[in-house]
Amino acid sequence: MSGLPARERRSGNGNGRRRRLALVASKGTLDGAYPPLILAATAASLGWEVGIFFTFYGLDIIHRKKHKKLKVAALANPALPVSVPNLVGALPGMTAAATAMMKGWMKRSNLPGIPQFLDMARESGVKLFACSTTMGVMGVKEKDLVEGADVAGATAFLDYAADADVSLFV
Amino acid sequence: MSEVDMLASRGAAKSGSSGAAVELDCKGLLCPLPVYRASQAISRLEPGAVLRVECTDRGSLADFPAFARQRNLTLLSATERDGVQVFELRKEADA
Repeated sequence: MSGLPARERRSGNGNGRRRRLALVASKGTLDGAYPPLILAATAASLGWEVGIFFTFYGLDIIHRKKHKKLKVAALANPALPVSVPNLVGALPGMTAAATAMMKGWMKRSNLPGIPQFLDMARESGVKLFACSTTMGVMGVKEKDLVEGADVAGATAFLDYAADADVSLFV
Repeated sequence: MSEVDMLASRGAAKSGSSGAAVELDCKGLLCPLPVYRASQAISRLEPGAVLRVECTDRGSLADFPAFARQRNLTLLSATERDGVQVFELRKEADA
């Protein structure tokens, strides 16, 4: 191929293709939704192709209604900055309190919310795979998903991930 | 004003009065926003143009050299003073 730059094209993987990131997002909590979306936005910024397979509770991240109300678990979450015994964490209002605390951190740090991160992902061309088995098990319909989500089984995702340079399960 | 609009205006790229470099203020923004905004700004630049990014996210010192490698940009300079990191990136013809 003529006109190749003298320097190595780092955004390619050596086969003349763009680099590709394949993520599995399996958690439906607020703290579980940030890492895959942050990685996706970053990889897209590097010029990579990105696809995320949203499976099991991770499907909530692309659920039209639920993605706006993801929560942080107060029960059985030893990572909370304030030590919360499980008996206390089980009390009504504790999940809301833990969620409000994290949303407060995010706002103070100028970090966008999940809906904004989804917008960034779509604007960057990130592929959103909605796990069809999860949809069947949990009774989620295609109209329940955010715009731009593609319903797919594990086979379609693995076919996409087979050409990935980086694959991560989150 | 939505959160995204707010962040967009905060990270808006402005042409320097000298015309030498396009300025991008990412102070107060954490990963992935500085690189995300820089990527958007780079996409709008002509080859040969220089983007000057100011950051306060400590991770930027490691991230911007990697960003330059991945996007095939030339990192002209990386400096830090008073907790503000400044990066100058040149867009190449093949970026």
